[in-house]
Amino acid sequence: MRRVSYPYLGNATVTFKKLMNALGNEVVLPRRPTEETLSLGTKYAPEFACLPFKIVLGTYIEALEAGADTLVSTGGVGPCRAGLYTTLHEKILKSLGYEFEMITLEPPGRHLKELIASIKKLVNRKLSFSDYCRIGRFVWKEIQLLDKVEKLSHKIRPLEVKKGETTKTFRKCAELIAQAQTYEDLLEIEREAELLYDKIDKKDFDPLKIGIVGEIYVVIEPAANLEIEEMLGDLGVYVERSMFLASYTFYNAIMDLFRMPGERDVKKIASPYFKEMCGGHGRESVGNAILYAKRGFDGVIQLSPFTCIPEIVAKSILPKVCAEHDIGFLSITLDEQTGKEGLRTRIEAFVDLLAAKKKYKAMHKKGDVTYGTLLGH
Amino acid sequence: MKIGVPRAFAYYAYYPFIITFFEELGLEVVVSDPTSKEIIDAGVEDAVAEACVPLKLYHGHVKNLMDRVDYVFVPRLVRVNQEATFCPKFLGLPDILVCTVENFDNMLEVRVDIRNSGKKLFQLCRLVAKKFNRGFLKTWKAFKKAEESYRKYREEFLKGAIPPLGIGVQDDKADVRLGVVGYPYLLYDPYVSLDIINKLIKMGVYVVTPEMVPEEVKKKYAGKLKKTLFWTFSNSVLRTAFHFLETGMVDGIIHVTAFGCGPDFIVDKIIELEAKERNVPFLTVTFDEHTGQEGVNTRLEAFIDMLKRKKAKEAILV
Repeated sequence: MRRVSYPYLGNATVTFKKLMNALGNEVVLPRRPTEETLSLGTKYAPEFACLPFKIVLGTYIEALEAGADTLVSTGGVGPCRAGLYTTLHEKILKSLGYEFEMITLEPPGRHLKELIASIKKLVNRKLSFSDYCRIGRFVWKEIQLLDKVEKLSHKIRPLEVKKGETTKTFRKCAELIAQAQTYEDLLEIEREAELLYDKIDKKDFDPLKIGIVGEIYVVIEPAANLEIEEMLGDLGVYVERSMFLASYTFYNAIMDLFRMPGERDVKKIASPYFKEMCGGHGRESVGNAILYAKRGFDGVIQLSPFTCIPEIVAKSILPKVCAEHDIGFLSITLDEQTGKEGLRTRIEAFVDLLAAKKKYKAMHKKGDVTYGTLLGH
Repeated sequence: MKIGVPRAFAYYAYYPFIITFFEELGLEVVVSDPTSKEIIDAGVEDAVAEACVPLKLYHGHVKNLMDRVDYVFVPRLVRVNQEATFCPKFLGLPDILVCTVENFDNMLEVRVDIRNSGKKLFQLCRLVAKKFNRGFLKTWKAFKKAEESYRKYREEFLKGAIPPLGIGVQDDKADVRLGVVGYPYLLYDPYVSLDIINKLIKMGVYVVTPEMVPEEVKKKYAGKLKKTLFWTFSNSVLRTAFHFLETGMVDGIIHVTAFGCGPDFIVDKIIELEAKERNVPFLTVTFDEHTGQEGVNTRLEAFIDMLKRKKAKEAILV
């Protein structure tokens, strides 16, 4: 039996485990990245590799030490570097003396044959067509449900009366989902989660709204972005992020098969500023920033790993775009040196500025000119 | 009509074509001044802090030109062959410049997506020529001349000369042959790369760069990697390195790269691992806007001394 492992990606890690188990593989569950993981990755990765590369390399080493013999990850068609990571990870790990097989899941649009061959390697049990349907339906529902409880937590966290209650509820939901075995379980958990969130005491006010854009791994994985969403929520800010696993997989794996451009809207919106596809999520970052501005958000935070080229291109463009659309902009570059307290200070300052701006705007809207002049605005 | 060509990025790889073409169209071509401290400083001011030096330089060169010409030529290199594109910075270059350089409104943006086809290249030239109201015949003549000048430029490289640095055919009897791989916009900019090639030649080294290896030879190594790299220049560098390693035609390899270069962390690591496997001496030199002369000199001297000593030892053993 294969002992499979894969990069850690938030709560979906457990979902992948269920999928791999259902296909007849043993799973070495990747650990949540810690400082140790990162320093392992940093030790063997090239200096200018991006943060996701280092974290994933560290995770692989830990998994291989724990006895995995197969590593599964995704590929890509570029020009973002991430499409080549499996190739380089394999080379580095083999040069360290590990023995294993690397399986790369390429996007189906241009590499359908390779994808099918890779999937075949992972199916180690006789399964009927209805089994596939059942597994597919279950996994898909679970990813969607995980995204849903996370979205709910973003919505409720700024409103909570008792600090930390939402986070607790969210963890509980994630735990429940992790234990689910059938589709029906998931439906029940969905209802249960809604009830749990309902029970939290909420204040009634209009919070500041901030959108998060950037490179997918650091946006989705809390261990990579130092739990920035929680941090913002605790400051009383409603956070929405541009990328979730379910929608991302849907657009990039399934729509790709039918040659339909994923997230067409976002790209179209970005096109006056960003005329060329340049890989990664640079273009989506710009498009989503404009979308947030149009929806009346107060600010945009861009998360990017150090040396990520598509995000550098986006970062060059975003300040002007955000100024034109009158929305606050903060760019945060993450690498192995980024500390949580430094990040918190920057975010607090950013939130304070946005709050002041919002207050100022609200005053002027009411036509309360005297009040404004008195304060020296 | 004056047209400005920034001396950065695509310039070093394709300048004979670009300059000849515009000149034959009857335009006055102004190339930005050679890179200097002022140009770097001007670029650093405007560019994003974590961008690589070549991109910062491009900002500087554009600022150097924009006030004294009618148009600044900014190519958006997308694809010149079927297999790869360019680094995202090339793809987004005009978009970046519009947003970061203030009052830059005389950009001549040209999207280059020609996929190895001469016909497409000519169509592109027609499109550019039309902007300046030049007819078909004139464009055709200019195109042919430009192609000819580019061909000559490539041939000179193959003979062992380095035209962008003004180096003639090198002395074949040098005692050390060294592969110096890196992107043309870094290798052939003597200011940023601290004139590394000239320094090596002065130390009695025969320098071989990726441009000196014929395209057909590089193609042979395309299958060396499980997956082709996504970037044209990186493929060229990596295949050249494979060629050096497989044939043993050089005594060592120096990889010249820019601080924070995205594609290079993959290229560099692969060359490093492959060189280690075959016991070929390998050195990476990273440049940024602060790199000092002396540090680089010391490293180069040490590397060359080591190569010479290794060679002498081998000669005795044989």
